[in-house]
Amino acid sequence: MPLIRLLRPSLSRLLFAALALAFVHLATQPALAGPYEDAVAQFAAGSFADTEEAIGKLVASAHPRAATIIVALQDGRLFADPDAKTVFIKAEDGKVTDAATGDAVAALPDKASAVRLNNKLRRAVSGAMAGLTLLSPDLNKRIQAAQSVFKTHDETVLPTVEAALKAEKNAAAKQAFAEARAAILLFKQDASDVDKLDAIAVIKARGDQEAMALLTGVPAGQSAAVTSGIASAKAAIERNLALWSMVQNAWYGLSLGSVLLLAAIGLAITFGVMGVINMAHGEMVMLGAYTTFVVQEAIRTRYPALFDYSLLIAVPLAFLVAGAIGVLIERSVIRFLYGRPLETLLATWGLSLIQQQAVRTLFGPTNREVGNPSWMSGAFELGQITITYNRLWILCFTLAVFAILLAMLRYTSLGLEMRAVTQNRRMAASMGIATSRVDALTFGLGSGIAGIAGVALSQIDNVSPNLGQSYIIDSFMVVVFGGVGNLWGTLVGAFSLGIANKFLEPVAGAVLGKIAILVLIILFIQKRPRGLFALKGRAVEA
Amino acid sequence: MRIESKFQTSAPMSRRKWLAAAAGLAIGLSTFAPAKAADDTIKVGVLHSLSGTMAISETTLKDTVLFLIDEQNKKGGVLGKKLEAVVVDPASNWPLFAEKARELITKDKVSVVFGCWTSVSRKSVLPVFKELNSILFYPVQYEGEESERNVFYTGAAPNQQAIPAVDYLMKEEKVKRWVLAGTDYVYPRTTNKILEAYLKSKGVAQEDIMINYTPFGHSDWQTIVADIKKFGSAGKKTAVVSTINGDANVPFYKELGNQGIKATDIPVVAFSVGEEELAGIDTKPLLGHLAAWNYFQSIKDPENEKFIKAWQAYTKNPKRVTNDPMEAHVIGFNMWVKAVEKAGSVDPDKVIDALPGIKAPNLTGGVSEMLPNHHITKPVFIGEIKGDGQFDVVWKTPGLVPGDAWSKELDGSKDLIGDWVTLKCGNYNTVTKKCGGS
Repeated sequence: MPLIRLLRPSLSRLLFAALALAFVHLATQPALAGPYEDAVAQFAAGSFADTEEAIGKLVASAHPRAATIIVALQDGRLFADPDAKTVFIKAEDGKVTDAATGDAVAALPDKASAVRLNNKLRRAVSGAMAGLTLLSPDLNKRIQAAQSVFKTHDETVLPTVEAALKAEKNAAAKQAFAEARAAILLFKQDASDVDKLDAIAVIKARGDQEAMALLTGVPAGQSAAVTSGIASAKAAIERNLALWSMVQNAWYGLSLGSVLLLAAIGLAITFGVMGVINMAHGEMVMLGAYTTFVVQEAIRTRYPALFDYSLLIAVPLAFLVAGAIGVLIERSVIRFLYGRPLETLLATWGLSLIQQQAVRTLFGPTNREVGNPSWMSGAFELGQITITYNRLWILCFTLAVFAILLAMLRYTSLGLEMRAVTQNRRMAASMGIATSRVDALTFGLGSGIAGIAGVALSQIDNVSPNLGQSYIIDSFMVVVFGGVGNLWGTLVGAFSLGIANKFLEPVAGAVLGKIAILVLIILFIQKRPRGLFALKGRAVEA
Repeated sequence: MRIESKFQTSAPMSRRKWLAAAAGLAIGLSTFAPAKAADDTIKVGVLHSLSGTMAISETTLKDTVLFLIDEQNKKGGVLGKKLEAVVVDPASNWPLFAEKARELITKDKVSVVFGCWTSVSRKSVLPVFKELNSILFYPVQYEGEESERNVFYTGAAPNQQAIPAVDYLMKEEKVKRWVLAGTDYVYPRTTNKILEAYLKSKGVAQEDIMINYTPFGHSDWQTIVADIKKFGSAGKKTAVVSTINGDANVPFYKELGNQGIKATDIPVVAFSVGEEELAGIDTKPLLGHLAAWNYFQSIKDPENEKFIKAWQAYTKNPKRVTNDPMEAHVIGFNMWVKAVEKAGSVDPDKVIDALPGIKAPNLTGGVSEMLPNHHITKPVFIGEIKGDGQFDVVWKTPGLVPGDAWSKELDGSKDLIGDWVTLKCGNYNTVTKKCGGS
């Protein structure tokens, strides 16, 4: 990223040089009167331009406290009183000190407010911090600083980077410094062609999006050898990235497939196994999401330390809430409508509207905030693709739910009874199975699993009364495509739709991609009306 | 289903019942006789969805109008009469908007209607308001390209939101490459068309503009966010201009945060994300992303502070946020009150003629004016998202910006103006000197 162009070049260079200097000579540098005090006081002036100037002056003063003040500014802990022109630092533990002198102060004045930053200033500050932390004892900070220099390729820090490279023991940090050095050399006007070609080789080896950006940003007017070196490096990186983008699409497809599967898996039971056209399925998902919200609210107010476990607590509760409502619906409405699909469709549609409006009245029409636990936030790099933790966890969770459900149907007596009742109701009844009880429990199970899906979906989607509506069509699509009555069909259907969607999306766009998928399904259903995995044998006739 | 009696704030219980009964009798027995209730109060129609997809945004606006009516009645009403709200629920169903509008005007005899959010709902009620000659106040930022005699647009036209936002990014952030991302319907498509023309007029090349549309309620943003990242690594400063609508925003911002796109690298400026929408997200990873509006709750102004206080007291919720379309209703409502007082009547023709030129204070320290093209003057603010879900204003226009009904950037509309005072025409062509468009 060509961040450096956005800063005032003089300012940013000043920042790097002086902050690095301040860091190295922290102990020996004598405090200068005058410009330093002026600079600190200028933070109280209020405008962004003043703050920018203050940062420049502060860094130029090379005062030992400069670094502390910059860190506080970055964290939003620098406060200024606009009238008295005094500036304070509020430590993380709440203690207040005078920014200029470091003396303790009893409390912040009422008028003091945090010194404001905008994106431009944030870039200036973090650029300054990078120059400052190149020699930090903290390994992660060093790597971060090196990566930041890779983006900004500011040649004034070249000596520092080279010194750091020599002293560095850690392989990852060494690599980062070498890349940072290469980036600087590539952009340095008076660097020799040999140096530049070496630099290009290093950057080519990195081979990612940022390396590509860097090579694209090299100004024209290089020697012929360098120009052709850049061109061939860019071509190589492009080939590499094209390959990775296939992997990326496949991963996105798996992730979308897991969301589809999760949303559809409950429907695979209520619609697939029981044959109830359950339009209220989406609302069960919504109830699960709202259960998560309620659990998190309770945890936030009473036991904030438990926040990372909130989802684990919400899963069984969501299952119980949605399952209980499912049983209630089955007992009060659906059991009178077995064998009458049209009436069931209308009745469950009505139920879905009732549930939506009930939630809207109870929780309000606006979105509710469901937070991500720390283990579900952020992402990691795998080769050249970014994998976000929440998507990864949802994939694992979906497969686990699927496996448990499959095992339940296969190995428990309730599962056996469910299969018996759905295959041949009268025979099962003759064998002494209480079919109406099994119906209620099966519907409850399907609804409960939809509730669990809601817990996971609350992590990636809005928690609003409309949550369910956005999944109901997709769920039916997956179940019908996969083959009604077959859980494996639902699994294969969900993943193939997810992957097909994600390979179509970059080519056709999100809107056309979705239309294309629907058209493909219509054509497929014409050919195979019973879906991918059609049930065979007498069960089909029942 | 009418729920007007629930919101009638002035009349005592017994009279309320009597009124309802009288109204029922009047409608039931003698369809030609006017309802008796119309003589005692001035009725104000509220046409906002209270159920369905748009309830998320519109319910607040319904509450806002009820709040404003309540406040006005405390001051003694208008023309010595109390105001009475008639609330209907068009349920996010566009044809139902037209039906409910007709019901409000013919059956309930309302003098004015405050309502609609989406452009498609506005387009759906337009013929009704024209045919029955009533007044609609429309409070939401929209794509422009319209000026109707019966409609007053108190939200932003593109030149009061989109264009200044792009100018800000060009000047302050030196953005050279643009992603125009939007939900696939009329507002984002028209706005992006205007922006594309504007960017090209500023010398931005076609390959530096990426346009992307997504369906309503899109929730899987992985591919698009990855595309944005890729588009942004071409060695030029990149920004995203987002016209993504309501519900799709939360997953979009979550994906941005998770994939680590920071505002310092690729800032996103949004036209449909306000305080209400941010209430559903943890905003810490979004620090520094931008929104362009004509109002922010965080703006320090005595009028604004007074309004927020009264609003939170009225809703009995000390955390209830305020937003831009609410402010538009506040301005519109006050303008309507002044116009009725100036005209001395609620007769639609008189009020429509009285409205242009009416001034009403906005909540950010200025005074907005109704223009002859039925749009208003507004200040434009750019705010950065803060960690607490509010916005920090980082830039504003020096004065108020008059709203353009017809965009100056598009070939088809640059010669058109709307003027209901002297020309009595919504689409007067200044080149051919004819009313009736290009």
